[in-house]
Amino acid sequence: MIEVKDIKKGFGEKQVLKGVSVKMEAGKCNLIIGASGSGKTVFMKCLVGLFEPDEGEIIYDKANFLTMDDDQRKEVRKQIGMLFQGSALFDSLTVERNIMFPLDMFTKDNYATKLKRVNEVLERVKLKDVNKKFPAELSGGMKKRVGIARAIVLNPKYLFCDEPNSGLDPQTSLVIDKLIKEITTEYNITTIVNTHDMNSVMEIGDHIIYMHQGLKEWEGNNKEIIFSKNELLNEFIFASEFLKDAKDMRMLEQTGKIDNDRNMDELIK
Amino acid sequence: MTLFTEFGRYLLMIKGMFSKPENGKMYWKEFMHQCGEIGIGSLGIVALISFFIGAVSTLQTAYQLVSPIIPKSTIAQIVRDTIILEFAPTLVCIVLAGVIGSKIASELGNMRVSEQIDALEIMGINTKTYLVLPKIAAALLTIPMLIVIAGGLGIWGGRLAGTLSGILSPEEFDTGLLNAFVPYNVFFALIKAYTFAFIISSIPAYYGYHVNGGALEIGRASTKSVVVSCIAILFADYLLSQLLLS
Repeated sequence: MIEVKDIKKGFGEKQVLKGVSVKMEAGKCNLIIGASGSGKTVFMKCLVGLFEPDEGEIIYDKANFLTMDDDQRKEVRKQIGMLFQGSALFDSLTVERNIMFPLDMFTKDNYATKLKRVNEVLERVKLKDVNKKFPAELSGGMKKRVGIARAIVLNPKYLFCDEPNSGLDPQTSLVIDKLIKEITTEYNITTIVNTHDMNSVMEIGDHIIYMHQGLKEWEGNNKEIIFSKNELLNEFIFASEFLKDAKDMRMLEQTGKIDNDRNMDELIK
Repeated sequence: MTLFTEFGRYLLMIKGMFSKPENGKMYWKEFMHQCGEIGIGSLGIVALISFFIGAVSTLQTAYQLVSPIIPKSTIAQIVRDTIILEFAPTLVCIVLAGVIGSKIASELGNMRVSEQIDALEIMGINTKTYLVLPKIAAALLTIPMLIVIAGGLGIWGGRLAGTLSGILSPEEFDTGLLNAFVPYNVFFALIKAYTFAFIISSIPAYYGYHVNGGALEIGRASTKSVVVSCIAILFADYLLSQLLLS
């Protein structure tokens, strides 16, 4: 579990995080959503230690990450896997070597054992015959899956995904979402996903945090989000007419009424 | 950012490099890879430059030494000392600042922009130790070797140009080469080589490691690293000459 207590972070005059507190549980997909500039990337970078918060606490299983020394932080980081927006695969290494890299660095296993593990995770992310390929030879979706494979190769306790669906088509996005959800449940990982994608919100949002201008504006899950009365959240999530219709239809299905003055007959038609 | 802030960040990066490696074998592998990239990768250009510098030095020295009372072997003596003291260490390192410096800065800059450095950090790897230290160590090992090769090839180029053009015979050149040889000059050249090797590798590593932005910034960092490295080399050259030769 990760517990964040009142973290604040600014860059010069600009205060990006103005005090965010949240608990993220194991075995759940915790989604951080919000408009561009709302502070969600800074928030995630603070969680993994790429940025140092100005104030607050980040607790990884009862230990405050911010008061740890470098060696203690290294130990925590070994339990973290991260999928980056651009996958961040090492260009000069093959897929196999990319995934094997954490094993090379942190285990004393022989090549055969490491290769076995690499093939296991590649199979887990449903990739075949890509071992000897270089990242430049892969499609966007395949790169993301290799990124996931590398992130989980050391059996992490925490999985961070920064915009896992950016640049992917809706169908591939669903595959990646499903994979993240499956891995989270299967390995009982605390997963934190930073996303803009509303499909992800509805599909895998066990716990959703909506951020607005550096503050946590709303918290709930993918069932509650439909019925939320938070205006800022509704404006963000249901920005298009199509999504507004979808929300009203879902509400109509579940409650038999909608919470605005639209004509229900027209909507159904 | 002021000069002092930049220098402070540079020193912090150097300090940050010295931590216990997570896996010595992996660091050794990276060091050997960098030795190949920096040393063997630059051998061709170094050989070409030093050979022609030596050849040109002989021709131009002969052109200026017109007095019949100065023996021709003096040309070899001048070429030898010029190459050992200045051309091999300084000129070759200025060229290497362009070749190696831009490569280091753009490699690290690209890794920074594409979040590969962040990925390594999150794995729990000290990126300064893993990415910067092997480059500096490899430069410190291979660049002095390149300078020694450059010195040898430069003198050989001078001998070849001198004899082929009929300015002086090989025997005259060899006589001059051995005449009044000061071994301290070689020591001085090696001191310069180590200093310049550190400059050539650490300054571009600093600019590449701290790139912020995109492709344009990688290009800027690469250019800036070469310019700053060249200025630092010339400044260090003057300082070392003042300290060790006067």
